[in-house]
Amino acid sequence: MVTVPESQTVPVTLPGVNVDAVAERGRPLPARELREVVFDVQGLGVSYSGNMALQDVSLEVYRNFVTAFIGPSGCGKSTFIRCFNHMNALIPGARIHGRILYHEQDLYGTDVDPVEVRKRIGMVFQKPNPFPKSIYDNVAFGPRVLGMTDGLDERVERALHQAALWDEVKDRLKASALGLSGGQQQRLCIARCLAVEPEVILMDEPASALDPIATTRIEDLMHELKRDYTIIVVTHNMQQAARVADMTAFFSVTRGGEGQRTGILIEYDATDKIFTQPSDKRTEDYVTGRFG
Amino acid sequence: MSAVSAGLRSSRRRGVWAGRLFMAFLLLSLAIGFATLLTLVVQVVFKGVEWVDLVLLLEPPSADPQIAGARPAILATIYLGVLLLALTVPLGVGTAIYLEEYANRNRWYNRLLEINIQNLAAVPSIVYGILGLAFLVRGLGLGRVLLAGAMILTLLVLPTVIIAAREAIRAVPDSIRQGAYALGATRWQVVWRQVLPAAVPGIATGSILALSRALGETAPLLLVGALTYVSFNPTLLGDFTALPVQIYQWVARPQPEFRDTLAASGIIVLLVILLAMNALAIWLRNRYERRW
Repeated sequence: MVTVPESQTVPVTLPGVNVDAVAERGRPLPARELREVVFDVQGLGVSYSGNMALQDVSLEVYRNFVTAFIGPSGCGKSTFIRCFNHMNALIPGARIHGRILYHEQDLYGTDVDPVEVRKRIGMVFQKPNPFPKSIYDNVAFGPRVLGMTDGLDERVERALHQAALWDEVKDRLKASALGLSGGQQQRLCIARCLAVEPEVILMDEPASALDPIATTRIEDLMHELKRDYTIIVVTHNMQQAARVADMTAFFSVTRGGEGQRTGILIEYDATDKIFTQPSDKRTEDYVTGRFG
Repeated sequence: MSAVSAGLRSSRRRGVWAGRLFMAFLLLSLAIGFATLLTLVVQVVFKGVEWVDLVLLLEPPSADPQIAGARPAILATIYLGVLLLALTVPLGVGTAIYLEEYANRNRWYNRLLEINIQNLAAVPSIVYGILGLAFLVRGLGLGRVLLAGAMILTLLVLPTVIIAAREAIRAVPDSIRQGAYALGATRWQVVWRQVLPAAVPGIATGSILALSRALGETAPLLLVGALTYVSFNPTLLGDFTALPVQIYQWVARPQPEFRDTLAASGIIVLLVILLAMNALAIWLRNRYERRW
């Protein structure tokens, strides 16, 4: 495994200068052999009660990258992201085919504990879902259930800082999380996820329920967080993928014999390539707005 | 101009009458329920309020209506209430958690269990009384004791408590469970730390309402041997009576002092106990109500 030298991953910016998000994202990506592979997905498929929702997906997810999954509704991108932390296992009748290697370890090996997986691979959901508890207890929930209760106050504060929420909530940590605005709730959910120090953060359309200002804040946060974390994001919004993602995977739908819809991976490449010179006609139709 | 407004008027007429008719029907339904309750309460209060005194509350029953009280019956009803809570809540909530959070509904035995519970809720209380007599009093050899009465009332209201608790657990949004699972919580932690606390108001309300129904029951208690004349304080494994049984016994007597006055005053005491419990249920619901 090759570790990427600092100089090649961090864009050349002056400290304290707020670079334009697109410009920052548009840095040249490190060469393929210099990237560290976090997930190696090999021929992955998901079926619900025998119906294939997603078929034959193979791609690599790299460390400290933002990887976006885009595509029309029903293309299986949400189903796909939920494979990375065993969330599909909660749905009765769901079956996983193929393999996902996480640091060369089979994520669906027989001796793998979903709880251990979810400890390392956190998730932020489409709709902010704070627990009906105080702001503090929301962030402290993960560390508590995982037994990481030493220095809990500092841990909670650090997570809230990282999620750019500390200044807004530091005076009301004991207040109910349900009193926060939608954007604040979503950042709280991000803080909640960061508090257990995962390696990867999965974000399933994290901004689709938010207004444009709150969306911008979440996107800025993703730029910040990718220095320390690997981020996978599902999004409906192509501009968002273009703004935040280093790599983009485009998914689409094929119809089987009995009108059954199955998601497939069409193209996976650097974001700039996907949006400017896609190699597949279907990707081009989608990103230029002719389809979907 | 006038044509327009005339057109508007004529098209609305039918809707207006249908609406008024429906409103009248609603008011009638409300009036019937309310008038019945009011008649009952007013009549009972007029007949019995002057006899609601310390003699009634503190003295044992007697052949002389002037010194007859209901202390053993009142105490036994309170004991029954406490025992009922201690027996029904753990069993009922436990069953509800199993059915909602653990049971796989594709298995036939779980579906059978569900149908059974729903049917049990509709079984007449006298049938439970016969079961109690045959199984608890004779079969297990418990004898005609307070504990047997509490156990049979437990069986009587258990289906209601289970159904109420299931509703409360089902009302906890799935996003809460998913959020907790995604942080690495085990199923036990998800249920115990997120689902149950959020379901407490619903469970409490349902349990208390079921309890107040059980405390008004007479038939099953008569069958498991609630005596009509008990002059001593009840014990767990001793002879007992209960307030509804005491009232039933007084009503059956020929003397008007017993039949009318004393019975009515007993009903007032029972009503006060039950209304206090319902008030507690409403208070609990409002106090801990959750917004999502």
